[in-house]
Amino acid sequence: MKLDPKRYEGMVRRASPPSPVGKDCLWAFLAGGGICLLGEGLRQLFLRWYDPSMAGTLASIALIFLSAVCTALGWYQKLAARAGAGTLVPITGFANSVVSPAIEFKAEGWVTGVGARIFGIAGPVLAYGTAASAVWGALYWLLGKVG
Amino acid sequence: MNYLWAFVVGGALCVAGQLLIDYTSLSPARILTGYVVAGVVLSAAGVYKPLADFAGAGASVPLLGFGHLLAQGVRQAVDACGLPGIFTGGLTAASGGIAASLLFALGAALVSKSRDQN
Repeated sequence: MKLDPKRYEGMVRRASPPSPVGKDCLWAFLAGGGICLLGEGLRQLFLRWYDPSMAGTLASIALIFLSAVCTALGWYQKLAARAGAGTLVPITGFANSVVSPAIEFKAEGWVTGVGARIFGIAGPVLAYGTAASAVWGALYWLLGKVG
Repeated sequence: MNYLWAFVVGGALCVAGQLLIDYTSLSPARILTGYVVAGVVLSAAGVYKPLADFAGAGASVPLLGFGHLLAQGVRQAVDACGLPGIFTGGLTAASGGIAASLLFALGAALVSKSRDQN
């Protein structure tokens, strides 16, 4: 049988498992929305005692704490297998990316294992986030000088 | 209403990430990095603050909100002390989340057995 690229592509598509995009997105929506809903509840609670900026920070810290507990117990990974971006994109996903290697690489020592690997994903996030914010800061400063 | 919009906006931002996972081959690390940088850009463009005022935690909990925090911190620091603010503003504003992640990670490592996380 002769195979031209187009036919081969069709065969590959038939043989690959269907990508359940709709189901993935529903899970991501419900899990991600649920985590944000929990965050909003915590924020409203902290607003009773703190100003809006501190209340937002404390809500994030509380979510990070819950994520660390769930990660240590192995629950976060189980939820993430289904929820995908719903557990990755919220701040709890960032916390999971810090806590998870900290536990996994404990056997390699506290400095080169835990201490170094803790930044495996947080490192790039902080490096490029800080760089982007510095570029914006410089632009904002220049705009202030000109305008 | 606060709660409804937090749920809907937060969920929608996660669906955007899920579409990136399903339709591109971006790794989780790249998506997280991209979300934070995108948050800085959206905040600089003046788009994110109205969304954050409207959706509360729905906008601040996804990592775009982390970028917004960095950008807002830099802006406030530049207002307060000029150019040096670009070094101090971002991480000062984001310090709570970063320190909490590191401290709870060390705590989790202390009480857990080393094991494969997958």
